[in-house]
Amino acid sequence: MTTKSEAKGLNLTLKIWRQKNAEDRGGLVEYKVENVSPDMSFLEMLDVLNEQLVAKGQDAVSFDHDCREGICGSCAMMIDGQAHGPDKGATTCQLHMRRYKDGDVIVVEPFRAKAFPVVKDLAVDRSAFDRIQQAGGFVSVNTGNARDANNILIAHDTAEKAMDAAACIGCGACVAACPNASAMLFVGAKVSQYALLPQGQPERDKRALAMERAMDAEGFGHCTNEYECEAACPKEIKVSNIARLNREYLRATLVSE
Amino acid sequence: MKLESKVPTGPIEKSWDKHRFDLKLVNPANKRKFKVLVVGTGLAGSSAAASLAELGYNVEVFCTHDTPRRAHSIAAQGGINAAKNYPNDGDSVWRLFYDTVKGGDFRAREQNVYRLAQVSSGIIDQCVAQGVPFAREYGGTLSNRSFGGAQVSRTFYARGQTGQQLLLGAYSALMRQVGAGTIKMHPRREMLDLVVIDGVARGVIVRDLVTGKVERHWGDAVALCTGGYGNVFYLSTNANGCNVTATWRAYKRGAAFANPCYTQIHPTCVPVTGEYQSKLTLMSESLRNDGRVWVPKKKGDNRAPDQIPEDERDYYLERKYPSFGNLVPRDIASRAAKNMIDEGRGVGGTLSVYLDFADAIKRLGEDKVREKYGNLFDMYHHITDENPYRVPMRIYPAVHYTMGGLWVDYNLMTTIPGLFCLGEANFSDHGANRLGASALMQGLADGYFVLPATIGGYFAGTKLGKVTTDHEAFKEAEASVNARTNKLLAVKGTNSPSVLHRKLGHIMWDEVGMARSEKGLKKALAEIPAIREEFWKTVAVTGTGDEFNQTLERAGRVADFLEFGELLAKDALTREESCGGHFREEHQTPDGEAKRDDEKFCHVAAWEYKGDGKEPVRHEEPLTFDNVHIATRNYA
Repeated sequence: MTTKSEAKGLNLTLKIWRQKNAEDRGGLVEYKVENVSPDMSFLEMLDVLNEQLVAKGQDAVSFDHDCREGICGSCAMMIDGQAHGPDKGATTCQLHMRRYKDGDVIVVEPFRAKAFPVVKDLAVDRSAFDRIQQAGGFVSVNTGNARDANNILIAHDTAEKAMDAAACIGCGACVAACPNASAMLFVGAKVSQYALLPQGQPERDKRALAMERAMDAEGFGHCTNEYECEAACPKEIKVSNIARLNREYLRATLVSE
Repeated sequence: MKLESKVPTGPIEKSWDKHRFDLKLVNPANKRKFKVLVVGTGLAGSSAAASLAELGYNVEVFCTHDTPRRAHSIAAQGGINAAKNYPNDGDSVWRLFYDTVKGGDFRAREQNVYRLAQVSSGIIDQCVAQGVPFAREYGGTLSNRSFGGAQVSRTFYARGQTGQQLLLGAYSALMRQVGAGTIKMHPRREMLDLVVIDGVARGVIVRDLVTGKVERHWGDAVALCTGGYGNVFYLSTNANGCNVTATWRAYKRGAAFANPCYTQIHPTCVPVTGEYQSKLTLMSESLRNDGRVWVPKKKGDNRAPDQIPEDERDYYLERKYPSFGNLVPRDIASRAAKNMIDEGRGVGGTLSVYLDFADAIKRLGEDKVREKYGNLFDMYHHITDENPYRVPMRIYPAVHYTMGGLWVDYNLMTTIPGLFCLGEANFSDHGANRLGASALMQGLADGYFVLPATIGGYFAGTKLGKVTTDHEAFKEAEASVNARTNKLLAVKGTNSPSVLHRKLGHIMWDEVGMARSEKGLKKALAEIPAIREEFWKTVAVTGTGDEFNQTLERAGRVADFLEFGELLAKDALTREESCGGHFREEHQTPDGEAKRDDEKFCHVAAWEYKGDGKEPVRHEEPLTFDNVHIATRNYA
């Protein structure tokens, strides 16, 4: 079934964070993988390692992954200190081994933030994002209440801007990349999507306040304009969404309190 | 086992209204006394859970991911159909109904399909009200594009991320109810068994994937929204975690499994590059709006695409099907690609054909093409290291969607009372082939509009006693889950579960894939049990059952695929005709098109489990076509 001539395989050294569970201390463990095809994705390279480990009776490296096409937001790792690795605008599953050369040493760690406790190895608990969403990341409209879709007119450019913000996959790279482990880009993207659209107006102020407070309660830090989140975001969501979140929050505090 | 479809009689236009009126209602104050367990949080599960909670039911939701937002509906790219007729191009509920019945090669229930077309408009309204950022025209109205099998533009979209945006809309509705305390959410839980008491579904057994703890949950009804079984082929466009386990365990508890051989091979996917490959990536059907499919006219022509002059190219879809052109339905486009490659006309000596945007870029400009398909082009570029703005995409068919699933009646209830099945996991609306942009429509139709109406009829019309999780049936189901986990851990072999999964996948793809024959299917039916035996002798599952253990999760799913694959092949062998995605080499027209046998096979095949090692029993639900004239599909 091979369709592409396979270039020479790579021999790599991996230093992977292993941690049995949330209580365990954890540490880096070194592994060798040989003859890695440059056409493999990073996760496929880890699959190969895991197949070898399991065949030897050793515990496989745990990591969250699912769609493997950059949209589900499951995969999340720090690769040589960068969230999702060196490629711009890509998730870990979209990183391919052609990025590396023979003999490279690669350090792989979980996303680190107080609000993202480690579950096991590279898998972390990002349910804090769900709780922020529960606080106000929605339009309160029950099924069956909607009017005809074309009765709500939205200018093309506004819809595009809302879509830019809505493209967030909830992976948490913004948090992992931020020196303060702030979730401002995640929250800013959601608040922006609704603030830009007419459907979001009735709950606009309530939403900004509730989501920002939920974010603080989860233990995320604050924004100090490092712009690391934008650089790490696999969907290239802009920090202008954080600026909008700040304006929305300010507006809401003036209006409602 | 009796298959009572419960479809309403009388004029089809009034069926759904009449049925809803005939269903008994549950008084608003009584709704909170009923607990519904929803398994899965894709479009069907999230929309059903949120809508049921809005009505006042007590809802608990389970998903295997760390958050419900990651279900595989998220990856649907191109769009969602609705009979809005906004472009004024002649669309109507009737036309969407007709296209879907025809697209499914006359193997779906007319009444179900009509209802789907009827509620389609309401789905778009609901999603827009939630703030889903669909593409818009400059005047602010919604944009549409075309999809395969239709000659109207009825597909609504949000760039190439429509599934993501619709799922996030349903997820936001779900989160709103979780925040309000009307839904209890259980993430990182895998359903491993169904609990049936006195013939009625009354609960589930799930494993907490973080701690390994096996839990019992009771309910007054259970809704399985657990997606399709495409990963039985190992390589598919499905996410790695997609599996058949929930529906398979329900089958083993008495739910009939319908038409498992109806599998959809999608024509436009990024080709396989090596044995290590873990999944195939789809390139949305929407690309066929502007991309042109071609191969060289000459066999073995290995020149670079820009070195092959126009008159030496074969735009074979445009040539063979002039009225639908590149937008023929998926089953037709896939088989045509396979035929080109079997003829030795794969591009550059590979197993692929070209999907070329040069004309579109010339006509619209690169920016416009980027606005429409940018994320798809980026995805392609990441995977292949080739820039599709400069060179044509290379594509090949891959397993994508499964039309078969648990048999359900018009109320979406399986053959087990109280067990409902929604979305891709059920069998009902797409017949033998699903049209593009109809999966999102069906998942949301089932979840937002159908189940919330029909479940009330079930509760109001059924006497349900109280159950507790101390019941013998819960104990027995939990014990069987634990026994299976221990059995997997005890093998201590040397083959990782994925090695054995890959082996199964090779047989499924070679013998039960795009073209099936009696000989090949019999070969598969001999080989699958042999791999199953090998699995239980050689599988390596490291670690324990009391911890986060992804190897154990995978092993359990592969074990179920190894049983299910056999049923799929058996269904394919028994269905001695070609229809939609099911192509039997013995049954084709001289031009290589699918040849149905309406005399013998105009029915749904639903399989009943009779015990391990025993032959399942095949039941038939006859299909009648009173509103659409049954004919040979013609897209020429």
